Amino acid sequence: MTEPLIVCDRLCVDLGGAKVLDGLSLSVHEGDFLAVLGPNGGGKTTLLKVVLGLVRPTSGSVTVFGKEPGCAAGRIGYVPQRLDFDRSFPISAMEVVLMGRLSRKKLFQRYGRQDRQKALEALETTGLASLAQRRIGALSGGELQRALIARALAGEPELLLLDEPTASVDPDMKTTIYDLLDQLKKSHTIVLVTHDTGTIARHVSRIACLNCTLDMHEPGSTLGRSALDSLYGYPVDVVEHRAPRSHETYPDHRHA
Amino acid sequence: MWSSIALLAATKPIRITAMPDILHFEFMRNAFLAAILSSVACGIIGAYVVVRRLGFISGGIAHTAFGGIGLSYYLGLNPLAGIIPFSLAAAIGIGLLSRKARIAEDTAIGAFWAAGMSVGVILIGLTPGYAPNLFSYLFGNILTVPNSDLQLILLLDLLIIAVVWLFDKEFVAISFDEEYARISGLKTLALDLVMLCLIALTVVIMVRIVGIVMVIALLTIPAAIARSFSQSLYRMMATGILLAGLFSIAGLWLSWIFNLASGATIILVAALVFLVNALLRAGKARQTAC
Ligand SMILES: Nc1ncnc2c1ncn2[C@@H]1O[C@H](COP(=O)(O)OP(=O)(O)OP(=O)(O)O)[C@@H](O)[C@H]1O
Ligand SMILES: [Mg+2]
Repeated sequence: MTEPLIVCDRLCVDLGGAKVLDGLSLSVHEGDFLAVLGPNGGGKTTLLKVVLGLVRPTSGSVTVFGKEPGCAAGRIGYVPQRLDFDRSFPISAMEVVLMGRLSRKKLFQRYGRQDRQKALEALETTGLASLAQRRIGALSGGELQRALIARALAGEPELLLLDEPTASVDPDMKTTIYDLLDQLKKSHTIVLVTHDTGTIARHVSRIACLNCTLDMHEPGSTLGRSALDSLYGYPVDVVEHRAPRSHETYPDHRHA
Repeated sequence: MWSSIALLAATKPIRITAMPDILHFEFMRNAFLAAILSSVACGIIGAYVVVRRLGFISGGIAHTAFGGIGLSYYLGLNPLAGIIPFSLAAAIGIGLLSRKARIAEDTAIGAFWAAGMSVGVILIGLTPGYAPNLFSYLFGNILTVPNSDLQLILLLDLLIIAVVWLFDKEFVAISFDEEYARISGLKTLALDLVMLCLIALTVVIMVRIVGIVMVIALLTIPAAIARSFSQSLYRMMATGILLAGLFSIAGLWLSWIFNLASGATIILVAALVFLVNALLRAGKARQTAC
């Protein structure tokens, strides 16, 4: 079996004196589609930022593509959770999506025809092609989120880190995005942070429940009501987790 | 961007025919040239200053440069010989302190701002005799720009255009989404420092025109007005250049007619247009709200 894309080993992160992640061990393999669930403040965004090299672990180790986090820029696509961009910034949706090509370009190298082509394809994939030249401030919240997904796709990454990409899109677009993810999971490794507890089980191969510590759920298991209730602290939809068709079972990573 | 530079150049002969008596004097010709040349740097760098909210840091860099003026007086050098290293040092110093040493940016700016002024005051006090032209460095005097300074301004303009052209996509990235720039593998700190140094060079240019105290106004006002009309950062730069040029030329002309201080008149023209634009926008927003 090949080396996992992401390996976290007893990862601890303190932010502002508080433990945000505590002794988290996790591996994500090539072809995985991992959903990360958990309550607000559970550390989901922090986990993605550690993988991206934006937050340093306090202790424990993380490797991404076998290297230190932050060394595999061109191979990761990231959709941030925050949408609080400066809306008066004079930049078009197209230019934002072109930023996804940044990691593939050298310093001083300008965006070329191929970059524009990829950016346009990504905009078409997310249904934004007609708004390509629209100024970022004139996009709705959901359209902006789709532009950010397009930006992540434009870089042709192998690993996608998506932080609540469906938080403010309409139900129609949500279905489109999940259909898209179903397509992408054939050729991409995906880590998806989401609160869509009702729908994700149909799409993903593994579910991680993150609330400071990690609880892994492997294919074939059902994430019971009691497990989810204790995770969120209030009743939520039961996540029924069917094993996807041809998916090998990975070694257990239970850390309840 | 280029087309508007050409446009600015093209407006010059028209002005010449419109104001032949003014341009009869060499110092007046130089003043108009300085106004146009400085607008180029001002419009380009002003766009970054406005979208990244670097106005206060620009003020800090400009005021720190006063230390350089003091040093030049003390050593008997051309003031620009002091302003350039001092403003560059301020740009790098404030940038490193606020981004690396976990010092709040406004604290770092305040420290440099006041320390630079203090160095200037002390060195000027130590220099025997009356400090000539001191006033013109504080508040600008576009009427005394010699040919050598015009050449320097042109050189700095070209340098700024070249660097902005080279770092085009990187500057857009760190301005719009610094976090994404970082995970895309950009050295954001280094890019930030390069941008601050470009601001420092623009300050060097602007000191001649409007002086240390009023640099911020000309760096921010044209760009801020331009932003509301612009679809892209480049259009914003082009519009900013155009506006800065118009303000400088109009201010210069008015100061000539009414015999006023040139730098202050330029700033007042800019501020007036800014106010009118803001009021018009506020009025429009209210109309649509009702
Ligand atoms: N820069 C920071 N300094 C201090 N504490 C932080 C910082 N960033 C996040 N935290 C804290 O870390 C915890 C986890 O935050 P994180 O953003 O990872 O949560 P999350 O699981 O993504 O939540 P949500 O569902 O709301 O997006 C929170 O309690 C938050 O207050
Ligand atoms: Mg989050």
